[in-house]
Amino acid sequence: MSGFLILDTDDAKDLKHLTLAAESAGFHGLVFPAGEGLDPVQRAAFAGPQTHAIALIPEVDTVYTEPFHVATQLATLDYASRGRGGWLVVASDDARAAAAVGRPAADERRRRLEAAASVEANRRLWDSWEDDAVIKDVASGRYLDADRLHYADFRADFGDGEGYSVKGPSIIPRPPQGQLPVLAPSALVSLDGPLWPEEVDAVLVSASSVDVLRAELGRLREAYGFRQDGGPALVAELSVALDARGLPASTTDTALGGDGARFTGSAEALAGVVAHLLELADGVRLRASSLVTELPELAAVTLPLLRERGVLRPLRAGNTFRDILGLGRPANRHTLTAGARA
Amino acid sequence: MTYSSSDFRPSGRIQFGVFFQGVNSGTVWKIPEAGSQTDFESFRRLAQTAERGLFAAFFLGEGLRLREHLGRVHELDVAGRPDAQTMLAALAGVTEKIGLVATQNTTYNDAADLARRLASLDRLSGGRAAWNIVTTDNAWTGENFRRGGYLDHAERYTHAEAFVQLAKELWRGGVAGSAASPQQRPVLFQAGDSPEGRDFAARQADVIFSAHPKLEAARAFRADLIDRTVAAGRHPNELLIFPASEFILAPTDAEAREKKEWLRSLQIGPQQAIAFLEQFWGRSLAEYDPDGPLPEIDPVVEETSETRGSGFHGAKARQLADQWRAEAKDKGQSIRQFVAGQSARRDASFVGSYQAVADHLAEYARDGVVDGFNISPWLIPTGLDEVVNHLVPALQERGVYPTEYRGGTLREHLGLGVPAEVG
Ligand SMILES: Cc1cc2nc3c(=O)[nH]c(=O)nc-3n(C[C@H](O)[C@H](O)[C@H](O)COP(=O)(O)O)c2cc1C
Repeated sequence: MSGFLILDTDDAKDLKHLTLAAESAGFHGLVFPAGEGLDPVQRAAFAGPQTHAIALIPEVDTVYTEPFHVATQLATLDYASRGRGGWLVVASDDARAAAAVGRPAADERRRRLEAAASVEANRRLWDSWEDDAVIKDVASGRYLDADRLHYADFRADFGDGEGYSVKGPSIIPRPPQGQLPVLAPSALVSLDGPLWPEEVDAVLVSASSVDVLRAELGRLREAYGFRQDGGPALVAELSVALDARGLPASTTDTALGGDGARFTGSAEALAGVVAHLLELADGVRLRASSLVTELPELAAVTLPLLRERGVLRPLRAGNTFRDILGLGRPANRHTLTAGARA
Repeated sequence: MTYSSSDFRPSGRIQFGVFFQGVNSGTVWKIPEAGSQTDFESFRRLAQTAERGLFAAFFLGEGLRLREHLGRVHELDVAGRPDAQTMLAALAGVTEKIGLVATQNTTYNDAADLARRLASLDRLSGGRAAWNIVTTDNAWTGENFRRGGYLDHAERYTHAEAFVQLAKELWRGGVAGSAASPQQRPVLFQAGDSPEGRDFAARQADVIFSAHPKLEAARAFRADLIDRTVAAGRHPNELLIFPASEFILAPTDAEAREKKEWLRSLQIGPQQAIAFLEQFWGRSLAEYDPDGPLPEIDPVVEETSETRGSGFHGAKARQLADQWRAEAKDKGQSIRQFVAGQSARRDASFVGSYQAVADHLAEYARDGVVDGFNISPWLIPTGLDEVVNHLVPALQERGVYPTEYRGGTLREHLGLGVPAEVG
């Protein structure tokens, strides 16, 4: 199966323009990174009604946030984008974020536990309304069927008497996709838990160079299994600095963050590298420092070349993010139980 | 500088806001025209209609626990609401001028996080964001949150005030680039009717979202708020009043009255009438005939619970039951008739022909009784069409309603000056 491309940038100068340009270039998804600027979920929601095919994926923290609020916000994004919302899980190590909510900064063990707990709480809340819970039954005067609503009854136990609980049900009906795709960096995912690969829909894989990245993709594929066997999608992370406007990348390359694999060179050569990565990965997340110069190059050169090679999945207006990932719409855990009872 | 009550000047005009409720029996769902409560198109349709009618603001409410009735999810009313700020961010991209107001709770949000998100919405919308501050607190809602029900009810406004002051400080300092907001900081609404709530609004808010739309009650409320605002050291015109309201309009008064009857029968059907009493009795009354007398058995609870919303909370059930049985017997009322009468006491409706209602509202404008009305449409998403198509032009003809947006920001639409802590 062919792969997908996700674009990522901190560039929030002209959100409307950026989103439309990314969609018309043929990107399958757009990541909205967390940071000092505008709220990522809000940026994604703003883009929702402006676009028709591209997945909108905000980064949202799991450590210093309320899972109940996060689940409602992400479900709302899914409604505002008609099923194109996703979640890139973050486990913040920001001491200021900790101080702002009056908590000590979490160590690595705790951050992994928090991430796993929040993902589970969100998933339970999204399933707390069965799809047909709104019945509008005039005869009995009932708008809802309470039997099709369920408590989440989630408990997180971090040891040493630490933890929390979330009662539910959600205050918003089940999102259009049923469950929003959950993406997590490989550092948070492990075969020993607490966040197991089968609990996420995609794992973001980064490495110090393209060669190491390829090796890592191969290793994780073996460990986590192929997609058809229920393994998560693997997404390779690649920072890019392109030659543009007649200037070589080294001079257009401004502060490109991160210490992951990076590509510097022409838009044509990038197509080769991406195609190569897509032999091992289901998708590639391209991080560009400034889209003003890079997006036109990607749109005019890299993506058309990749399409010609037939390595990109088709995108169509009205598809959901789950469609893009090749995931069906999941049955609700409670509907399954009800079916088993009957 | 100190102000006195006599400094108050009527603005001579009124404005409208729209409150997409998403809960309560006020929104009818039993007719085919009733659309989705959650699909984006419902929100877009309503917001764009309001903008066509030059509304100052589009409001979303908030309730952080799904309402329950006798220990189960409450089935009879519309339910299921989006996250307010996320939905408003989406609407910011499909509207140009209208203010976007998020009801957000001070008990179950973190001040820094909320201030950052509101500043973000403000910037994203080009200076159109507002925060409707509410303090709803109870352990039952707390069960959805990490901290649980940690706050004592008596402390809700002490906590809220510290919260709002911190937010104002962060905004002044430029969190999330709010310094770049064309309206300096989000406009602050307050909804909460207790004396503590009113004083809090007089100190901190720009607008109060009140529960008193009817003329005499609204006059009394204005007088009370003028006194409180002056006592807080502010000019009495600095705090605007927008009461919650319902509009039932038709070409003629007679048709409007008929429409009201039809509407009430949809809002309070036989099941709602029984459920209303069950709130106070604390037990199922399913075996009682809605067209028969009130139950002779006594409530099994002393006080009503919070699970149907704060409006129902904390009533003295047994006392009320005795009083109500006597009252209904006296008037020869059935359960349905009695409950209809009870609901009428909280009636916030303006009923009549477009022209008659416009005349009535012109009186509010002339005397400065309110600054605007926050309309709760009883039908989603078309419930504002009549207001915008007929009432707004009638008010414009009378010179008491805007004929254009004054500027680009909500602060400008409302005619508010630079916030005190900024200026
Ligand atoms: C017109 C009106 C609308 C309100 N809407 C909400 C709402 O959507 N969500 C909420 O939590 N509280 C809402 N409240 C506010 C709560 O009722 C209030 O914060 C709480 O009751 C405590 O304040 P109080 O004791 O001063 O009334 C509203 C209040 C009024 C008057």
